[in-house]
Amino acid sequence: MKYKTWKDLPIGAVIPEPGSSVEYKTGTWRTFKPVIDQDKCIRCLLCWVSCPEPSIRRHEENRVSVDYDFCKGCGICANICPVKAIEMVSEL
Amino acid sequence: MSNLNLIKTVKDIPPEEYLAPGHRLCAGCGAPIVVRLALKAVPGPKIVVSATGCLEVATTIFPYTSWKVPWVHSAFENAAATASGIEAAFRALEKKKGAKKPKIIVFGGDGGTFDIGLQALSGALERGHDLLYICYDNEAYMNTGIQRSSATPKGAATTTSPAGRVIPGKLERKKDLIGIAVAHGVEYAATANPAYPVDLYNKLLKAAAVKGPTVIHYYTPCPTGWRSDPSRGIEIARLAVQTRIWPVYEYDHGTWRINIMVKKPKPVEEYFKLQGRFRHLLQPENKWLLEEIKKDVEENWNRLLKLAGLKT
Repeated sequence: MKYKTWKDLPIGAVIPEPGSSVEYKTGTWRTFKPVIDQDKCIRCLLCWVSCPEPSIRRHEENRVSVDYDFCKGCGICANICPVKAIEMVSEL
Repeated sequence: MSNLNLIKTVKDIPPEEYLAPGHRLCAGCGAPIVVRLALKAVPGPKIVVSATGCLEVATTIFPYTSWKVPWVHSAFENAAATASGIEAAFRALEKKKGAKKPKIIVFGGDGGTFDIGLQALSGALERGHDLLYICYDNEAYMNTGIQRSSATPKGAATTTSPAGRVIPGKLERKKDLIGIAVAHGVEYAATANPAYPVDLYNKLLKAAAVKGPTVIHYYTPCPTGWRSDPSRGIEIARLAVQTRIWPVYEYDHGTWRINIMVKKPKPVEEYFKLQGRFRHLLQPENKWLLEEIKKDVEENWNRLLKLAGLKT
């Protein structure tokens, strides 16, 4: 990768592209990964609303899935789940 | 305010996201939760101003940004002043060219709000600029290495108020930000907590609907600075409310309301034992401080009950 020099930067070093941090995969930080048991899930969306990334994706009929590219493995979702449908599984 | 579409469940929160993942905030940080909800709750175009802090440094590491809305940062102390300038410029544009004014949202940490940015905030509130100021309060300067701020609660150990033989953590009380905001004559000010997302979202809706300055004081779990388990952030936030340490209330056009009524408070020890910064409070030699904190919590709750007209 060729690094940019200051001459190539936009004036004021502004970042012109919105939401470009999706190119930076924070999923590599993780040591435990959340696994959702879709049969137990009651679609309450508490994990979705409480996810700091956001790496819990919301689909039709309020189904949820985890985006492992960005999940940092904090475990908030597993802790907040009222029916314990999310389990933290070691990746080591 | 009857034309507001207040929500009843989490399912009513819109699915669109305006904060992209890939930001470098710690695992288990509470700050992005309020950012996500605020960007959903404020209708129409919006501009975000950030004070220096965790949120600013972690979401905009060059050449990446997590924001999908216009975002500006200038310095630690002047987030409210920058926002005032933007608002005034758009007001002039509206008058001259008829351009629709976007809503200005300001995010400041507790250091950037309670300490360094207080005079800029005070000026913005006094001048009556149309902006929504959200203070995400993680109760110390977490970005620079957990130094005490005036939002650090009594008894908390930080790197500049370490608990040991000389002092048992910070000895002073936390500043009352909502009291300061209300003293400026703002129309709406409220505290909010991530453990109650529906209440938080409705408060953001109410604040966004006000034409003028509004202040939201948001409780932000910080696993790094509080020495707590990242997965238990929301649990700690809920305990903070249930022990009456962090009451959830609002000031709405002259009326005070306690939004989460805590009839039977849990013992404060339950909240303290989950966090390393309070561990020393449970030692027998610091019992006097624990009793003092319990007294403060009760006093504050009684004060709020009186304000809400629930007690004479």
